[in-house]
Amino acid sequence: MFGLANPDRFMRVTRPLVPLAWGAAAILLAVGVWLSFSAPEDYQQGSTVRIMFIHVPAATLGLGAYLALGVSSFFALVFRHALADAAARAAALPGAMFTSLALITGALWGQPMWGTWWVWDARLTSVLVLFLFYLGYMALRASIDDEQKAARAAAVLGLVGLVNLPIVKFSVDWWNTLHQPASLIRSGGTSVDPAFLPALLTMMAAYGALFLAVWVTAIRTEVTRRRVLTLRQRRAAMA
Amino acid sequence: MTGLTLDMGQYAAFVWPAWGASLLGLAFVVVRTLMAARRWSRALKDEAKR
Repeated sequence: MFGLANPDRFMRVTRPLVPLAWGAAAILLAVGVWLSFSAPEDYQQGSTVRIMFIHVPAATLGLGAYLALGVSSFFALVFRHALADAAARAAALPGAMFTSLALITGALWGQPMWGTWWVWDARLTSVLVLFLFYLGYMALRASIDDEQKAARAAAVLGLVGLVNLPIVKFSVDWWNTLHQPASLIRSGGTSVDPAFLPALLTMMAAYGALFLAVWVTAIRTEVTRRRVLTLRQRRAAMA
Repeated sequence: MTGLTLDMGQYAAFVWPAWGASLLGLAFVVVRTLMAARRWSRALKDEAKR
């Protein structure tokens, strides 16, 4: 893993992997959509169960992307490694999008099932805080002209935001929430009906592959951008 | 598993916007990522030519 921290090696190793990740994401998404609309209706949720096939993966990847951002921020801050900073930066946009989609699709499921778009319960509120951390991270980076200072300040914010992840995950256990407790990954096995598992797991794999494709592509773009800026600075210094 | 079901019945007003928003959101991220990759890749080629 640390070998990949060399930008040249990272670019070389990931070059053939990027099209594979995009291809896997496209195929898994196509199969996942087909399975989602082939699954039977739930006896309680009716057709709204199909919202779960996009809500659960979006929420999972919203958390997963922030974990990637936070861990990368740690390596950027402690080891001052440029590639770690690029990895943190690249995780912000897809992570924010996944989190916002989790909030939107959750509201669209909540209205017919709970009778409300939103409640200030621990799970929903902590996911909103997660989304605000993403926005804050991107805003902070954009607001400081000096890229090194921006990277350091954003890395600190990224690390602070890691504290929110266990709160999101365990909020349904620690507090009495309207949001249901974990049903897919929990001790004692999944409580999801087997009829819905193929669609749900395929969509989770699809979202995971899509995040990987977007993330690695964005890291590569960031490495390329820095090379261009370095070349431009050198040319300007020689002129 | 049943055949492909597109009739969402009384919940259509919730299911389709949820899928539509997801499609738009993911498409935005994909297009933005690929456009940025293309832009900086071209810029690097241009710099290398100079």
